Amino acid sequence: MSKFTRRGLLKSSAVMGAGMAMPTLITSPVAAYTNEPTGGSVTLGFNVPQTGPYADEGSDELRAYQLAVEHLNGGGDGGMMHTFTSKALKGNGILGKKVEFVTGDTQTKSDAARASAKSMIEKDGAIMITGGSSSGVAIAVQGLCQEAGVIFMAGLTHSNDTTGKDKKANGFRHFFNAYMSGAALAPVLQNAYGKERRAYHLTADYSWGWTQQESIQAATEGIGWETVNNVLTPLATTDFSSYIAPVLNSGADVLILNHYGGNMINSLTSAVQFGLRDKQVNGKNFEIIVPLYSELMAKGAGANIEGVFGSTNWSWTLGDEGTKAFVKSFGEKYGFPPSNAAQTVYAQTLLYADACERAGTFNPCGIGEALEGFEFDGLGNGPTLYRKEDHQCFKDVLVMQGKENPDNEYDALEIVEVTPRAQVEYAPDHPMFAGGSLGKCNPGA
Amino acid sequence: MNSLSKKDKALLLFVAVMALLAPFLLNPFPTDSAMAQFNAGYPDLMQRFAIFGILAIGFNILFGLTGYLSFGHAAFLGVGSYSAVWMLKLLSMNIIPALILSVIIAGLFSLLIGFISLRRSGIYFSILTLAFAQMSFSLAYSVLTPITNGETGLQLNLNDPRILDATNTTGNLPVTGLFGLEMRNTFTLDLGAWAFQFNVGYYVCAAFLLLAFYLSIRIFRSPFGLMLRAIKTNQTRLNYTGLNSRPYTLAAFVISGMYAGLAGGLMASMDPLAGAERMQWTASGEIVLMTILGGTGTLLGPVLGAGFIKYFENIFSKINETVLHSWFSFMPDGLNDAFVWVLHFFVGKGWHLTLGLLFMLIVTFLPGGLMEGWERIRDKIRGGKGGGKNPPAEATKTPAE
Amino acid sequence: MDALLLQILNGLDKGSAYALIALGLTLIFGTLGVVNFAHGALFMIGAFCAVTFSKILNISKITLDPEKTNFLGKPLEIKTPYVIEWFGESTGAALIDWAVPLSILFAIPVMLLVGYVMERGLIKHFYKRPHADQILVTFGLAIVVGELVKTSFGANPIPTPAPELFRGSFDFGVLIGMEANAVIYPFWRLVYFGFSAVVISSIFAFLQFTTFGMVVRAGMADRETVGLLGIDIDKRFTFMFGVAAAVAGLAGVMYTPINSPNYNMGMDFLVLSFVVVVVGGMGSLPGAVLAGFMLGILESFASMNEVKSFFEMLYLPSIDQIVIYLVAIIVLLVRPRGLMGREGVMED
Repeated sequence: MSKFTRRGLLKSSAVMGAGMAMPTLITSPVAAYTNEPTGGSVTLGFNVPQTGPYADEGSDELRAYQLAVEHLNGGGDGGMMHTFTSKALKGNGILGKKVEFVTGDTQTKSDAARASAKSMIEKDGAIMITGGSSSGVAIAVQGLCQEAGVIFMAGLTHSNDTTGKDKKANGFRHFFNAYMSGAALAPVLQNAYGKERRAYHLTADYSWGWTQQESIQAATEGIGWETVNNVLTPLATTDFSSYIAPVLNSGADVLILNHYGGNMINSLTSAVQFGLRDKQVNGKNFEIIVPLYSELMAKGAGANIEGVFGSTNWSWTLGDEGTKAFVKSFGEKYGFPPSNAAQTVYAQTLLYADACERAGTFNPCGIGEALEGFEFDGLGNGPTLYRKEDHQCFKDVLVMQGKENPDNEYDALEIVEVTPRAQVEYAPDHPMFAGGSLGKCNPGA
Repeated sequence: MNSLSKKDKALLLFVAVMALLAPFLLNPFPTDSAMAQFNAGYPDLMQRFAIFGILAIGFNILFGLTGYLSFGHAAFLGVGSYSAVWMLKLLSMNIIPALILSVIIAGLFSLLIGFISLRRSGIYFSILTLAFAQMSFSLAYSVLTPITNGETGLQLNLNDPRILDATNTTGNLPVTGLFGLEMRNTFTLDLGAWAFQFNVGYYVCAAFLLLAFYLSIRIFRSPFGLMLRAIKTNQTRLNYTGLNSRPYTLAAFVISGMYAGLAGGLMASMDPLAGAERMQWTASGEIVLMTILGGTGTLLGPVLGAGFIKYFENIFSKINETVLHSWFSFMPDGLNDAFVWVLHFFVGKGWHLTLGLLFMLIVTFLPGGLMEGWERIRDKIRGGKGGGKNPPAEATKTPAE
Repeated sequence: MDALLLQILNGLDKGSAYALIALGLTLIFGTLGVVNFAHGALFMIGAFCAVTFSKILNISKITLDPEKTNFLGKPLEIKTPYVIEWFGESTGAALIDWAVPLSILFAIPVMLLVGYVMERGLIKHFYKRPHADQILVTFGLAIVVGELVKTSFGANPIPTPAPELFRGSFDFGVLIGMEANAVIYPFWRLVYFGFSAVVISSIFAFLQFTTFGMVVRAGMADRETVGLLGIDIDKRFTFMFGVAAAVAGLAGVMYTPINSPNYNMGMDFLVLSFVVVVVGGMGSLPGAVLAGFMLGILESFASMNEVKSFFEMLYLPSIDQIVIYLVAIIVLLVRPRGLMGREGVMED
């Protein structure tokens, strides 16, 4: 019955308290790579926050994943598969194998996310892990996938480190990063608010907050702005009043909130309550900027977001063919438009599947090669490049602004400018990204 | 071993057999069946069962024996993990130095915190430990990032020194091991429709679990353990006899801190990453829940409680609507949808809800935790059979108060 | 000076929320002897009373506008709240605008009922059980309540603005003779502080000056003797549980414009309010209020840049992260039973 050949065997035994021996066995590698699919199906692991503050974002990602799986298996209207410039996908699964998926809960904690990803790899035989809603989780899971020998398609992660000092050969990121936010925002801010501004930063006190603050400070100082202060706020803060109050008389005329999610909603609400938006400083209107936006944050902040600039990876209000196709199939299935997190994970699932088809294998090393330096269009972001050197994706970045009178809750943000890719590119050895190395691709097994 | 009573020996043997056979016992369903979702016999979860078992056993030495409710035990787990990962980074991928350091550092840390916190008792003690743990968490998450790598968690790097190991030229991270035996190695035994996984890391954890369990039996049965119980029963009276109880409680605190450190070190040895979240107050709360759920003051209870909570966290959270639909696919569409609609509140993203409900039910109806449930069942069987055969002796009944 | 004044106001404001929650916790603990980990959940239920009430006011008649299309190219749905249909544009809009203060009327009966059901249905069975069991069961309840709210309202915070009238900020400095614009403070936060001051003083007045309150106080001091006097103390304690729930609920209702409510807000406050209660001294109502305001003000001071850099010089960076816990440790070490705690309470 046992398929096990007694090669490389019982190496040692530990004598335990009760005096019984515990054999420890070693496997001989049979498969060429971790979780090589042998049956008629292939399993993908969707690891998203399902409990905790980002649960709604996780739900939206999960919707998009399910849609992607449906399309890959030939169901639905095919969505962006028709607009995608690579035509390798045929709607018969991946490499002829039906796509199945398992889901897990990251709880937006690096520990829990790794446990969940491990169970997908060890128990369910997942060959690719994707998803997540924070950079801490993305970097932790990326490291795990590198060790386990599976591909990781990062979900929502904006920290420079994901493809900077913590980059890994088995990991790819479709989302943009803090440097790109700064590069995209700076010209728009210069146009709207001029060259002589004094900025006050409130920054979430952990690694993502720091990299974003560093990026935005560099970008705004590049257009001549002065940085008055940068105050770090504890992640657990819910009432930001005591951080907002000192801004009033600091001489600053711009407040930059390097916060995400609930932190951002609360700090922006406090800032508006303190009348910052109605204030005049140095003869100019006081302005607030939120460098990284999400649709859910806009929804949670309500009317406070009116006129506030920020950036996103994508918006359902874009007019290209890919976006239209995706919004149509998502909207018809779920009844509301997709968020930029949803688009990111949908695109990544398609890209992974396409890379498998083009490589003709599920081997992570083959897929890595197929994705490295891959250029494509039609997935909603315009012409896009997956750079070989750091596995960061390069594409247009959207500068958004809170709408004055939104028609409905999904329409809180409008596109101010589509910043072209060339403007947000940087060298792979840029100091903000230096320090790590991709290492070699690891097929595991 | 000689000083163990017959009952205790049987209990230890029972735990040893369970631990040895866990890959079979936790994998009762064929791999391709719909029920395979409920299998827990994969390396990561089995390791977690053992590790959190150690943690809960240690916590029980403090809480179960002395009655001091620490709300900051997760801090020692975290400190243990950080020390272990640093050893793996600086010294060697062999887990032995990592484990030794994690126990020592956690011991010292708990000595410091225990020395201060044990000046108070009751809820004042609980809040003091909570305050220390929350401070440790906040600092680890942000200010101490150079040491802890903050939000992301401390990870291994390709260019770590690892002075005892040979230079790594593979371009991949080295893996943790025990004198060359890699922790991640898994041997899969395919038996018909079943696939049983035997993992080196798990057996290492299980060995430590047995050791921890054995030590805990010895402590429970020792004069020291008796003294701790006396503290729980009536500390004031004990003090009137002219005895200073604090050295005893401090010793119990440090021992349970070292248990937590060992658990943290093992966690880092199985998966070399130390995240700050494992120090949060919710993590400390989880340890309390494990112990109470299983049965405070019993030997086996905390291990059961730990397994129970980890099972929920890892198994129930993964059941999504697609899985539900496949379970009920034999039903007509409308009925299928109805079942799925009702159940989806309790699994997947609703796993917290199920866990909360179960806490309430167990605490309300089984004040002594799962161990009480087990004893009731045993009594019923005994009663039903009219005092027939003795069931295997595994529940060491220890009065809760 | 003006910066300091602002932080004192901030501290009083945060302190109001801490004090209200801690007051309720202490009431429950002092009367029933129960450690209620679900108290944060009661605060959250209160906040969601406001959300629900404003949702009810916003229930809309849906008409299709064939002229406009939505994102899928289908006719756009136009929503008109029924209250506007029924009461006309101005009254209806005013009702919606005043949803948060109005929902107090909605929240009081709801919270009393929630408190009653919780006490009779669950807590009652735990009077004689160890504190650890009480903690576990109420913690389980807190999780369940949180998850139910999450299932119904989502995990994302829900914006619940204050009435237009209170949305601006108020020149507080002029009031005390400073120059204009020196100390500007949001209207609603002042309202919140005033509201909590009223609630706290009414509770104290109720306990101090009514016969009912006197009996409750007597019961808190010595339950058995009061029972022996032939007074049904249990009934009164159940009522006090309802009052404590209502206080937490109202604190939640009024808090919604300050921070958009989400299902986890109760847990955010839970640990802090326990620290507040213990620092104040278990079982002491004035202690809870005092500690609430004290910790609120200290927290605000600690987040001032000057204070932060001062402590950084002392090798204590990010003092704002740990100040509450640090203060709790110091207070408990210096004063064994918190600021105003009695001997023998919760010490075993």
